[in-house]
Amino acid sequence: MGQTCVTRSEQRRMLSFFSKQLIRGGVHAEQHKAATATQPIVNNFPLPEKLYIPLQQHVGKPAEPLIRVGDKVLKGQLLAYSQGMISAPVHAPSSGIILDVNDYPAPHPSALPIRMIVLETDGDDKWIKTYPVADPFQLTPEDISLRVGAAGIVGLGGATFPTAVKLNMGRENRIDILIINGAECEPYLSCDDRLMQERPEQIIDGVRLMLHGMETENAVIAIEDNKPQAYQSMKAAALPFPHIKVIQIPTRYPMGWDRQLIRYVTGKEVPVGCRSSEIGVTIHNVGTAHAVHKAIRHGQPLVSRVVTVSGGAVTRPMNVEVPLGTLISELFNFCKVNAGQVARIVMGGPMMGDSLPHTGLPTVKATSGILALTQSELKNTNEQPCIRCASCVSVCPAGLRPLDMANNIRINQLDIAVDLGLKDCISCGCCSYICPSNIPLVQYFKYASGEVAARQQAQHKSEQTKRLIDARNARMERIAQQQREDELARIAAKAERELLKAEQEALV
Amino acid sequence: MMMHMKPSSGAHVGAKNTVSHIMWQVMLAISPATAFGLLCFGWPAFNLFMITVSSAVFFEAFCLRLAGRIAKPAIMDGSAVLTGWLLAMTLPPWAPWWIGVAGSGLAIILGKQVYGGLGQNLFNPAMLARVALLISFPIEMTTWANVSPLFFSQSPGFAESWHITFSGLENLDASTGATTLGFIKTEFSQNHVLSEILKDISGLLNFIGWTRGSLGETSTLLLVLGGIWLIRQGVIQWHIPVSLLLAVTALSSVFHIIDDEHYISPFLHLNSGAMMLVAFFIATDYVTSPNTPAGQLVFGAGCGLLIFVIRTWGAYPEGAGFAILLMNAATPLIDYYIRPRIYGRDRQGKPLEIPKS
Repeated sequence: MGQTCVTRSEQRRMLSFFSKQLIRGGVHAEQHKAATATQPIVNNFPLPEKLYIPLQQHVGKPAEPLIRVGDKVLKGQLLAYSQGMISAPVHAPSSGIILDVNDYPAPHPSALPIRMIVLETDGDDKWIKTYPVADPFQLTPEDISLRVGAAGIVGLGGATFPTAVKLNMGRENRIDILIINGAECEPYLSCDDRLMQERPEQIIDGVRLMLHGMETENAVIAIEDNKPQAYQSMKAAALPFPHIKVIQIPTRYPMGWDRQLIRYVTGKEVPVGCRSSEIGVTIHNVGTAHAVHKAIRHGQPLVSRVVTVSGGAVTRPMNVEVPLGTLISELFNFCKVNAGQVARIVMGGPMMGDSLPHTGLPTVKATSGILALTQSELKNTNEQPCIRCASCVSVCPAGLRPLDMANNIRINQLDIAVDLGLKDCISCGCCSYICPSNIPLVQYFKYASGEVAARQQAQHKSEQTKRLIDARNARMERIAQQQREDELARIAAKAERELLKAEQEALV
Repeated sequence: MMMHMKPSSGAHVGAKNTVSHIMWQVMLAISPATAFGLLCFGWPAFNLFMITVSSAVFFEAFCLRLAGRIAKPAIMDGSAVLTGWLLAMTLPPWAPWWIGVAGSGLAIILGKQVYGGLGQNLFNPAMLARVALLISFPIEMTTWANVSPLFFSQSPGFAESWHITFSGLENLDASTGATTLGFIKTEFSQNHVLSEILKDISGLLNFIGWTRGSLGETSTLLLVLGGIWLIRQGVIQWHIPVSLLLAVTALSSVFHIIDDEHYISPFLHLNSGAMMLVAFFIATDYVTSPNTPAGQLVFGAGCGLLIFVIRTWGAYPEGAGFAILLMNAATPLIDYYIRPRIYGRDRQGKPLEIPKS
């Protein structure tokens, strides 16, 4: 619907009407990748004077700082250790002095303050002593996980789930296949593309290390067919390793959604509420594989990443390797962003990314791209009535009916929206993208999810309060009862005493 | 660089597709068949067309005003024009002016605005109006002009057309007759059989549209071409037209094979009445049809079945309008029962079971 050209993959899909459908929904968004995908990754980004390093750059508990203000640190030095089962440590992205550990605006649409370490760089960019491993395949699989965890590696595709935890789950669940996600289906972004073109051997090495860490035999590297160069270079690099297969997949957003990719590659579907390892599949991003290579072979923790800076307002769009904690404003200066033209700043891709209120926010482990979009690139926000065209139903990769969910949310029937599958929404943005009435459907769903969670919390709280009140009433009742009994006992005792006294008097 | 804007998630970019763009594409798709209809039936048809469309726009603006909304943006989305246009295509070409005005009023006010405007209506507005008119004014709605092309000497001129539109036809018998379906129905009632009835009826002329019928319904050829173009443009999906036409073809084939003297052939079914207009442009109305492919197949097949049943055994020779309204009423039910399967869940909505390996 709304797609004027019927592509070959779509024709194939129509022809395979009776065979099992491997791709559901999705859209063909304008790519806008050429500007950055054709240039090498820029390595000479000038070291910022200050780096703002959030303690939470991952799913799970925030890291706990173990440095003090005024400490001198070296690049790669541990700044904050991971705490709890699901967490990740944070390392110094450069050498310098710790200026502050305090609350600063988070790279989030709200820009609410979160805890960050502020590092003043000394310009030397001096590494701490690292411990490269000569033959990592002599290490035990557990040791691989430990080192990956200690290097602070998280899913670099944007999910930021701690990689070590995933490796452990893979090992425990006896994974059949490791899928490496090189789809990079979001428009504009090309950091994974460039990484695959320029550092394929390192990625393949990272994949082999992950396989070793999970005690798994086979890996499949899936790359969208709009990246032929990346495919060729990865294929060449994987040639010596027959158990690592490199395949091309159709270009269609959101092919990079892990569960869509798992179904396409294996034909299996991950049940709701399960992790993919439970059906024998684990999926990691190419950037993560590259980080694993660096962590094991060179002993370097995750302190930098490749970020795509693109969008209509960017004069020098590029992929650039920056230290984590670099402010977006510095990136924009380097890439010559035309401030007057910027209508929206987006962290991540234009489909799933969040808009940011200003540029005084740091890049983090999850930052695959920073986009400075002009008004003409943005979707019209003039909302019109829904005409039930059902485009949103046909593009939804999760099989939901966004229009019905939105209609119920609009009249505040959140329970019905939940019944219709609100919690199965992955916020991929396909429905908002396609809607001819410019209805911000994903915004509706995020609002409703938040509201449902808040209501559940409120309900939980009121139940808790009620329980406490009941307990208090019971306690008071018990005390009153006790007092009454005591009183009665005292009266009885008194009466007895008086009786005794009277008897004695009578005796006297 | 500080920018004040509301936090916004979801797709920041979008497909270049708007409601009005969709409406204009549909209008473009029906314009060849409309132009052909206007050519066949001359100036009176042109008058009726203009009156119907402009009064639809008028009623839309009137209702929006009444609701205290600004009329212009809603008018500009083209939905009112399209409703009036589709209604005009289903009217007898030489119908008097008040049929067009009343029809537009019924379609816009009763068919659309009372439900809350665009996207809220349960029934297709054009079909609702058509059926209401047919029941209320059976004479006017079944007086079918002969083909009398523009600029032919026997055809009414521009001045004469105003007389036909505003004061009615005087010499009814000379310039009007029955539609193919109506003619067959009447002949059946006199116990004639098909081989006799169809002696003078040309299937080819029905296919091209050179026959008596509603203003824009006659040309199967042009309507099919417009419909296929719409499908190729991605404006409509193939499911409803294909299942509707297949259902009619299958049913009529079976009955025609059993008794070819009393059941008309699938070819004639597909080439007559409102079949093609309904299949491609009315049944596919987004608002009043189901929103899943499977639901659309059911909906289309249901329409086809009802059209065939009403045409074959009903009191009206043409069943399309009734069939559409009945299936419109069933749409919420279809959408309730036929839902897409959610990823990772079975059809009942329970999480899939982990396969034992």
